[in-house]
Amino acid sequence: MVEALLNIENLRKSFGGVLATDDLSLSVETGKIHAVIGPNGAGKTTMVSQISGALRPDSGRIVFNGEDITRFPPPTRSLRGIARTFQITSIFHEFTALENVSLAAQAHDGHSFRFWQPAKEEDGLTEPAKEALELVGLEDRAQVLACNLSHGENRQLEIAMALVTQPKLLLLDEPMAGMGADESKKMVAILNGLKGEHTILLIEHDMDAVFALADQITVLVYGSAIASGLPEDIRLNPEVRAAYLGDEE
Amino acid sequence: MIDPVLLFEQLFNGVQYGILLFLLAAGLTLVFGIMDMMNLAHGSLYMVGAYIAATVTLATNSFLIGIFLALPATLLIGVLLEVVILRHLYDRGHLDQVLATFGMILFFNELVRLIWGPAGIEVPLPNILNQSLTLFSIPLPVYRIVVIGVGLLIAAFLYILVVKTRTGMLIRAGASNREMIGALGVDIKVVFTLVFGLGAALAALAGVMAGPIFAATIGMGENILIQVLVVIVIGGIGSIRGAFVGALLIGVIEILGRSFLDDFFKLFLPVNAAETAAPAAASMLIYILMAAVLFFRPQGLFPARSG
Amino acid sequence: MKVNRETIVCVLIFLLLAMVPAIAALTDVPFYLDLARRMMILAIGALSLNLIMGYGGMISFGHAVFIGIGAYTVGICAEHEIVSGYIQWPLALIISAMFAVVFGAISLRTRGVYFIMITLALAQMMYFLGVSLDRYGGDDGLPLAEPSNFSGLIDLSEKTSLYYLVFGLLIFCLWICQRMVNSRFGMAIQGARSNEERMQAIGFPTFRYKLTAFVIAGAMAGLAGALLANHTDFVNPDMMHWTRSGDLIIMVLLGGMGSLSGPIVGALVFILLEEALSGITEYWQLIFGPFLILVVLFARGGLLGFLEKARELKPSLDRDNG
Repeated sequence: MVEALLNIENLRKSFGGVLATDDLSLSVETGKIHAVIGPNGAGKTTMVSQISGALRPDSGRIVFNGEDITRFPPPTRSLRGIARTFQITSIFHEFTALENVSLAAQAHDGHSFRFWQPAKEEDGLTEPAKEALELVGLEDRAQVLACNLSHGENRQLEIAMALVTQPKLLLLDEPMAGMGADESKKMVAILNGLKGEHTILLIEHDMDAVFALADQITVLVYGSAIASGLPEDIRLNPEVRAAYLGDEE
Repeated sequence: MIDPVLLFEQLFNGVQYGILLFLLAAGLTLVFGIMDMMNLAHGSLYMVGAYIAATVTLATNSFLIGIFLALPATLLIGVLLEVVILRHLYDRGHLDQVLATFGMILFFNELVRLIWGPAGIEVPLPNILNQSLTLFSIPLPVYRIVVIGVGLLIAAFLYILVVKTRTGMLIRAGASNREMIGALGVDIKVVFTLVFGLGAALAALAGVMAGPIFAATIGMGENILIQVLVVIVIGGIGSIRGAFVGALLIGVIEILGRSFLDDFFKLFLPVNAAETAAPAAASMLIYILMAAVLFFRPQGLFPARSG
Repeated sequence: MKVNRETIVCVLIFLLLAMVPAIAALTDVPFYLDLARRMMILAIGALSLNLIMGYGGMISFGHAVFIGIGAYTVGICAEHEIVSGYIQWPLALIISAMFAVVFGAISLRTRGVYFIMITLALAQMMYFLGVSLDRYGGDDGLPLAEPSNFSGLIDLSEKTSLYYLVFGLLIFCLWICQRMVNSRFGMAIQGARSNEERMQAIGFPTFRYKLTAFVIAGAMAGLAGALLANHTDFVNPDMMHWTRSGDLIIMVLLGGMGSLSGPIVGALVFILLEEALSGITEYWQLIFGPFLILVVLFARGGLLGFLEKARELKPSLDRDNG
């Protein structure tokens, strides 16, 4: 029986009068890719933000690797092994791609109360950063300023920043958002390569990618899970088809 | 030990000072909340209002004419500033806004010094206002009662405007979501100019009313501005209600602190120590209050914006 | 070390500054020495502000308060007959740092506009405190009983000795800033300025780094204060007034935010402008105010940036997030 790396239990979150997360429970098994799909406004990003710690749930529990992390702030969760990418690209625009990833490596390499040695010359930071860039195919763009990268490259950079921290759990929030067909194919290949070694919670709208990658799928509608299970079962589930998939495939 | 008459008088003065702070804070907090702009020159409009009112009053021997000319004149200057300079700063970061409005402060202080000289102007009150009303055997200056009355009227007017009218709805919506306003088809530039104009009018009114109490002096804007900022921080940016509560709180604490802190200290400190420590501590009171509020609620008591 | 326009300008300025005492002696205008010394002291203050503002994105409108605290530490020590510089100056650093810890801990709980207002308010609180301390001169200020005594090492009552000490310390502070900005710590605070939410998401508890930067900057400003006290032979609350903080911000802006030696250029330009304009008219702020507004509206990268742009004719794209 494979252990669940992440357990969300009865999560509730409302903003003013709007219930964004409605008694949500979900489990992500170690080594699997668990996709979360659903219409816009279903509360997918809100859920990710609660797992990463950017938002505090009103009630419920989040258990990660056997530990109750519900009250932990984001940096602590990151150091515990949760890495997140953002739906709307969130990187360091004035830094190069390499510097962006090195910074993520730096966060996980002890404290940063070092005032003297130039960080750029620390191989302990730049080597892992270069490896992460290679993994996502950005090794040639390492010295380019992040603000000068294309949108697709930014999405790849987000993944590299997550990978370099050697996370136990990757929270990927629409990594393929705004990508063209070719770039999406590249991204699916990258994510496929991560299977097994990493545990991934993937939010995506691209159904081809979802069904190609996912071991498990949960469908989120109005903040609660209306179905959860194997991709084939989800595809055939009548409620899911009515709420989201329509009658495609 | 403390004379109850004196206590009530100072409490009354504190409320009156708080009303002045409120008029300034209301305008400033709206500009912060809706245009997200840090306008340090708000105090300069206050000063200009006081000076114009003072000059016209002395020239025409009528306080009324002084008020009725100073208010629109200052409002006009404020709107001019907005159209020519300030509206280009809405998109800039706060640092740029701080620096540009700082430049305005330097300019206005120097301009006032050039036109009116370094000494301030005392504003004489007409006889009807220059008396005292005796309430429960406590003498209260009529003028200050009028100031409080006007302030409360304005507070009520602002409350009705912001909460009950369509314009007010636009203002409140603007405070939380600027893009939405544009999407509603309302010309955002006009809204901003109106809001700024409202703020300028309130600052002018405060300046005009402050003249007879504090005299029109150079730098009067900055002195009160810092306290206005404390009011806004405590009350919450964008919140008129917060400005009202914060202003009265600060006004009362400031005045009562200055008057009675030494007596209070004398209760447990030797007289000499009490008399040296009191003025220092009194000047720090409102900042300590600010720090305390921020410790528990970094967004202020009644934040209008979420996040 | 990169040799670019910035380095060249910096080296030239230092060469010029090194020669000022000689020039002042030759032309018999001791005023030049005074002016340059004041400029260098303010430059140290501006360097420290640039650390938190230019690199850290923390717009502190109360930074001059630490200069004042450093100055008052020296002044009050001298008043109580503690005249040894070996005690006064480290004490100035420590006390400025302590105030910075308290002020930083309060202010850094907030962001953006709130942060600016709180730093302004706290600084003004100290100003009023200084004014109300009659024991130490109150509004009139406190004359320095005697210059800091570094017996055996250097005699600060000698104008040129103090000058070269300030000169040396300026270079030293610039060096420290250069090391810090490129270190892990520097990366952490620059990252926090660039995108704080992202920093937290990748695992940085940003508050502690920002507070540390704030304290280091406060201590460096405290050092500038100790120098200032010896320069003017006088300490008064005006050194902590919020308009002095405004001056520092202007210097950082004029030199170009987030450039290492920009504050030095900015301090130089500021002092020269102040002198030139007050020579023209008593009402020089009438010109300086609008000048500042124009700089803000049109010369975003400061003067160093302006030089770059003038050469390369690149349109100004910079947007700052306040």
